[in-house]
Amino acid sequence: MTIAGPIAPQDIEVERPGMAACPACVVTPSAQALAAMAKPSSGRLMLSLPAAHCAACISTVETAIAGVPGVQSSRVNLTMKRVSVEADASVTAPQLIEVLKRVGYEAHELDAGLLSATETDKQGRDLLMRLGVAFFSMMNVMLLSVAVWSGAEGATRDMFHWISAAIAIPTVIFSGQPFFKSAWAGLRVGRLGMDFPISLALVLASSISLFETIKSGHHAYFDAAVMLCFFLLLGRYLDHRTRAVARSAAEELAALEVPRATVLVDGAEVVRPISEVVAGDLVRVRPGGRMPVDGVVAEGASEVDRSLLTGESLPVFAGVGTVVSAGEVNLTGPLVLRVTAAGKDSSLHRMADLVAVAESAKTKYTTLAERAASYYSPLVHLMSFSAFGYWMWATGGDVRFAVNISAAVLIITCPCALGLAVPAVVTAASGKLFRKGLLIKHGTALERLAQVDTVVFDKTGTLTTGAPELTNFTDHPRAVIEVAAALASASSHPLAQALAEAAKAQGVVAAEVSDLREVPGYGVEGIWRGQTVRLGRAGWCNAEALDVTATYLCAGDKPRAFTFADRLRPGAEVAIAALKAQGKHIRLISGDVEGAVADLAARLCIEDWVAGALPAEKVALVRDLTLAGRRVLMVGDGLNDTAALAAAHVSISPATALDAARTASDIVLLGQDMAAIGDATRIARQATRRMVENFGISAAYNVVAVPLALIGSATPLAAALAMSLSSITVSLNALRLK
Amino acid sequence: MEILSILIPVSLILGGIGLVAFIWAMKTKQFDDPTGDANRILMKDWDDKPKP
Repeated sequence: MTIAGPIAPQDIEVERPGMAACPACVVTPSAQALAAMAKPSSGRLMLSLPAAHCAACISTVETAIAGVPGVQSSRVNLTMKRVSVEADASVTAPQLIEVLKRVGYEAHELDAGLLSATETDKQGRDLLMRLGVAFFSMMNVMLLSVAVWSGAEGATRDMFHWISAAIAIPTVIFSGQPFFKSAWAGLRVGRLGMDFPISLALVLASSISLFETIKSGHHAYFDAAVMLCFFLLLGRYLDHRTRAVARSAAEELAALEVPRATVLVDGAEVVRPISEVVAGDLVRVRPGGRMPVDGVVAEGASEVDRSLLTGESLPVFAGVGTVVSAGEVNLTGPLVLRVTAAGKDSSLHRMADLVAVAESAKTKYTTLAERAASYYSPLVHLMSFSAFGYWMWATGGDVRFAVNISAAVLIITCPCALGLAVPAVVTAASGKLFRKGLLIKHGTALERLAQVDTVVFDKTGTLTTGAPELTNFTDHPRAVIEVAAALASASSHPLAQALAEAAKAQGVVAAEVSDLREVPGYGVEGIWRGQTVRLGRAGWCNAEALDVTATYLCAGDKPRAFTFADRLRPGAEVAIAALKAQGKHIRLISGDVEGAVADLAARLCIEDWVAGALPAEKVALVRDLTLAGRRVLMVGDGLNDTAALAAAHVSISPATALDAARTASDIVLLGQDMAAIGDATRIARQATRRMVENFGISAAYNVVAVPLALIGSATPLAAALAMSLSSITVSLNALRLK
Repeated sequence: MEILSILIPVSLILGGIGLVAFIWAMKTKQFDDPTGDANRILMKDWDDKPKP
C-alpha cells in the first residue's frame, strides 16, 4: 500500500499556473481522491509506458493489447510514452499490465490522470490554433505591407490597407484572446501585468490603423499588430509546452497503488479504503506491503524498513507489541496490526502538518520576468501618455497625430522580445536538462537553482541507493559463502538479497541446504550436511553483534559476520565534486545512526554532517540556513525530508522517492545517476545569465527605437524591423546555451 | 497593375487553403504525437495492404 498513491490529479493541479503548490495536501490522500479511486473504471484505460521508444515498440504493444479479448482499439502515444485503450468494462488495467509485461514492457496504470491529461491537450491545442492563425495573417499582411512600404500610393495603398484590415482585425480578435482575458483578470484584481500593455497595444494598433485606413492615411500598423500576436503567442506556447511535458512525466512517475487496507472482520479479509479504517480495527499487512495506518503489532513477527520515514538504513525488528507507523514497509513476515490511528490522526498526517507549515513560511519567489514587468509596465504607459500629452500641446490639439505617436510608442516598446526572453531560455535549458535526466517541474525552479550557495543532502535513498552492498566477501572461505548464499537466496530481506547477489556475481554455486525456512524477524534456517545452519540476527545465531550493518551465519565452528555498507548512488561523487568546485557549501543531514552517516561523509569528503535528525530538525536546519541568508538546495527522497524539501529555496528528489517528496520538490532526478545535479546548477546559472542578456537585448532595441517613436519619425517599417529583429536575436541567444 | 486583382485573391486563397489544412490537422489531433507519427511510417505491419 502506498501512502500517497493516487496523487496524480493533485500533482497536475499543482503544476497549473496560479495555483499554489501544496505538498501538504498530498502527503495524505484526500477523501475525494479516495472516493474517485473507488469508482469503477470506464471503458477507456490509459497506461504509462516508460520504456517505449521506437517503431517496433508501437507495433509490439498495440499487437499485444489487441490480442486481449474485449479490447476494441489501442493507440500508443510515443511523445507522452503512454497507450490509451478502448475496451469493454470487463478488461482491467492489471490484466493489460500483465500482458505487456509478458512482451517485455513495463507499464503503469494512469486512470486518475486521464481527465486532466485531455484537459492539458485542449489548452495546448487551443494555443497552437491561435498561433497558426496569427502566423497565416502575419505572412499575408506582411506581403501587403511590403508593397506599401516600397511605395504603393493612393488607391492601391488604400486597397492594401483595407485587405490588411480584413485579415488583421479578425486575427487580433481571435488570437489575442489569451492576452485580453489575462489582462482583464489582472485588471479586476487591480494589478497591471505584462498582459495589459500587450492588450492595449493590440487594441490601439488595430483601431488606429482602421481609423487611418478609413481616412486613407499613410501609416497603418496592421502588420505590427499581428506580428505582436504571433511572437507573444509563440512565447506563451513554448511556456505551455515546457510545463505540459513536465506534467505528463510527473504523471508517469506517480506510483498508482491504491491506498486500501486489508481489514480483518470476524477473521475474514475485507479490502477497504483507508478513509474507512478506524482505530481498533485489525489490519493485515503482507510482506512487501506498506503499512497503511499507525498501529501496534497484534500478531506475527517481521522486520520493517523505516528508511523512507526516518532515514534509517537498517531494517528494524517488529514483533507483538511493536509500534509501527504508516509508510513503513513490512519485509519478511505477515503482520496483523491493531490500528491506533488512521487518516487524520496518523503520524503521516502530522508530517503533513509540518509540510504545510514549512510551505506557508516560504516566501514567494518573484521571477525575473515578473520583476522586469513591474518596472516595464508603468514606464511604457507613462511614456506613451507623456508622448500623447506633449504632442497635443506641441501641435495645438491635433488628436489624430498625438494618438498616432502614442500608439507607435506602445507598439515599439511592446514586449515581443520580453515575452520570448524567458520562455525561449527555459525551453532550451529544460530540454537540455531533460536529456541529462532531470525534469524541471516548476517554472521558476531554474532561476532559483541558479542562486543556490548551500546544498543539503539526505543520506538514505538519496546519496545512497538504499540497497546494501557486501563489504567483506574475501574474508570468508568459499564453503562458508556457499552455505550463506543458499540460505540468503531463500529470503526477501534486503541484506540476504544483497548477499545472494554478491555470491552470484562471484560465481559461487550455492550449497545444498534442505528444509529452508524463514523465521520472520530473525532470519533463515535450514539443514546442511545434517546440521542446522542459520543466517540472520546476531542474537539468533549466538554471535557477537558488530556496530556495523551485518548479518550472521552460524554453521560449524564459529559464527561469521557478513558486513554491509549502503551502496553509493552512481554519480554521487561526481556531483559532490562538481558542486564543491562551484564553491557551494555541502551538508549532509540524515535520520540514520551516527556510524553509518560518518562513514558515508568520510567516503564523500563531506565535513559538515548531522546524524539522527528528526523531520522537524531537518526543517529547522534548512530554515536556520535560510535565515542566515543562505540559498539552500535540498536533495532528499523520504517522507522525513518532505517538509525540508518544501522549506528549501529549491529542491530535488530522485524518481524513486515517495510521491509526497516528489510533489514537494521542484526538480525530479529521473535516472539513477546523480552526476546531473552538478550540471544542473551550472546550466541554471547559465540560463539565468541568458535571460538577463535577453532583457538587455530587448531593452537595447527599445533604446534605439523609442526616441524615434517619441519624436514622431517611427514608421510601421521601423516598428516591424525592431520587433522581428529583437525577437530573433533573443531566440538565438537562448540557443547558445551549452 | 490589373494583375493585382488576380494575384492578391490567388495569394489569399492559397494561404487560406494552408490555414484550413492546418485547422483540419489540428482538429483531427494530428499534432498530439509527433514522435509516434515519425516512427509509425517505419512500421512494416501494413506494407502490403492498407489497415482495415
